[in-house]
Amino acid sequence: MRDVAVVGFAQRQMQDYDGSPTCAELLVPIFGECYEQTGWTKKDIGFWCSGSSDYLAGRSFSFVSAIDAIGVLPPVNESHVEMDAAWALYEAWLKIQTGEVDTALVFGFGKASAGVLRRTLSLQLDPYTLTPLWPDTVSIAALQARLGIDGGAWDEAAMAEVVNRSLTDAEKNEYAVRAGGSSVEELLARPMFADPLRKHDAAPVTDGAAAIVLAAGDKAREVRERPAWITGLSHVTDGLHLGTRDLTRAESASRAAAAVGGLDGVDVAELHAPFSHQELILRRDLGLAEDVRVNPSGGALAGNPMFTGGGIRIGEAARRIWDGSADKVLGHATSGPALQQNLVCVMEGTI
Amino acid sequence: MRRHPQDRTLSAPVTVSFDYTRSVGPVLGRFLTGLRDGQFVGARLSDGRVVVPPPEFDPVTHRATADFVDVAETGTVTSWTWVSEPVAGQPFDRPFAFALVTLDGTDAPLLHAVDVASPDEISTGLKVRARWATERTGAITDVVFVPDTGTAAPAAPVAGEGEVTGIVTPVSLDYTYAASPEESAFFRGLAEGRLVAQRCPQCRKVYVPPRPACPVDGVPTVEEIELSDTGTVTTFCIVNVPFLGQKITPPYVSAYILLDGADIALQHLILDIPVEEIRMGLRVKAVWKPREEWGTTIENISHFAPTGDADADYDTYKHHL
Repeated sequence: MRDVAVVGFAQRQMQDYDGSPTCAELLVPIFGECYEQTGWTKKDIGFWCSGSSDYLAGRSFSFVSAIDAIGVLPPVNESHVEMDAAWALYEAWLKIQTGEVDTALVFGFGKASAGVLRRTLSLQLDPYTLTPLWPDTVSIAALQARLGIDGGAWDEAAMAEVVNRSLTDAEKNEYAVRAGGSSVEELLARPMFADPLRKHDAAPVTDGAAAIVLAAGDKAREVRERPAWITGLSHVTDGLHLGTRDLTRAESASRAAAAVGGLDGVDVAELHAPFSHQELILRRDLGLAEDVRVNPSGGALAGNPMFTGGGIRIGEAARRIWDGSADKVLGHATSGPALQQNLVCVMEGTI
Repeated sequence: MRRHPQDRTLSAPVTVSFDYTRSVGPVLGRFLTGLRDGQFVGARLSDGRVVVPPPEFDPVTHRATADFVDVAETGTVTSWTWVSEPVAGQPFDRPFAFALVTLDGTDAPLLHAVDVASPDEISTGLKVRARWATERTGAITDVVFVPDTGTAAPAAPVAGEGEVTGIVTPVSLDYTYAASPEESAFFRGLAEGRLVAQRCPQCRKVYVPPRPACPVDGVPTVEEIELSDTGTVTTFCIVNVPFLGQKITPPYVSAYILLDGADIALQHLILDIPVEEIRMGLRVKAVWKPREEWGTTIENISHFAPTGDADADYDTYKHHL
């Protein structure tokens, strides 16, 4: 296996992006930041891979318009996944492993505010027995939350604690679209939106884009004194049928963690939990130790741009390696309803 | 315009809709045929569990599902949520409950709607019963659940003949579609009878409509310029095929027009010329609609028509094909 590291990361998050759903004009300055961090130009990028969805944009082939932001004459080596940018990162990492390229720039973008996000996401469900009922994402997460409450796996106070810690940490994150901690009591006094979920239990609808730069071996060492070396990368999915899953568990997250040899020694974990109780599920099923610092960025509850929220977790975790504040970190991404798909990316300062 | 982010872009509502017609296969067909006839059909899996709806393949052995079981229309709520703000297409357009309902005799829940008036009327453990729609087609929407009062509703009559082999799922999504800031400048210019383009600071190419970034160099095209409404036909297509929503009677010409000073052609109609006389190099000029009909749209230009000038030399547009 080749040693591959995260060496660049740039992001934008906002509540209502005043721009086109292809986000090309948003990606230009993000790529600019990546060039600045690496000292490279677009000619130094061996492979480009993006994550986005036309269902968010409301138009076809929006990812093709987005590559205007790269500047593609002469043509570039490029691919796309209809997934979060974290899965685009997986493809790019594989591409580097093949030896065909040494560097890659991965990006994701999405303007979730262009439509009704929780409704649009019904289209990722079983099209025969679920989509015709239009079960929105928030309702499905609420069914999952109550199963855990009724079963004694967590309670509303534990969920509020996750929210309070996340929104308190988000005060230091300039990209957060929701920030400001209060107290568990104050949060629990707020009205229900999708009983047992209050609005703050769900990630805010967020527009945005992000980019991550990967490099192999000496190319990575040229860019950073302490590249965030990827020492474990895996993704696993659970089945399509919600009824046959134990929704209080994230079995695919456990399997992904096992596939990278477990998560012992992780100092900081950025977990992609779009709902408060999902952080509790992930923490347990990923097997994270009690003292792991979770989501110092504020996590998805502070901002969760669709198709970028998972990639941002990897970027945020990598930054802790770059600045020396952690030696081993986890970036996690999820996709699908109720934590159906899970990706883990373990990064370390020394290899 | 960029200094005023509040009104940087133009936007308009867009609805994207499509009816998905899906064949359902033997397993889901069995389940949906049951719904049409007022009967829940589940499957016994290799681990002994009875599950509704039946999965097409066993989650453990991956064998095709074959052991079908008729299941009761009563069950228990094993989880629920209150949909305080329903979205379009959901079973009710007023607040209602989504629930996981475990039908009696099954081992896994079904996600469906429960018709209750307030969250106080539903709880985990509540007994519920199916309420079948009068008109049923063999779809998951043929049924909802209601609290079980102990008195069974009259049995739902069989509603059709033969097996259900397909479903039609209408999907309609509403968007607020925004043009990019650069496209917005183009449309605002059109409302004033102007054709706004932008020049790439690196390759100096002129794009109309302007784009968020130069697709060659990946940099914003910031320098705004105005183009004349005359140009040269670089390529064209004679439309002979009628289609839904067509506004002009075929045959007519759709063409790429390279406006003078631009480096990328604009697509528009060519009228006022017999279709057999259309050709590359033809010089054309925009025919604008009456000013009172103008909006922020390319339709302000009704079409392009020949200027009557000599054709352009091939060399003047050969790099723009």
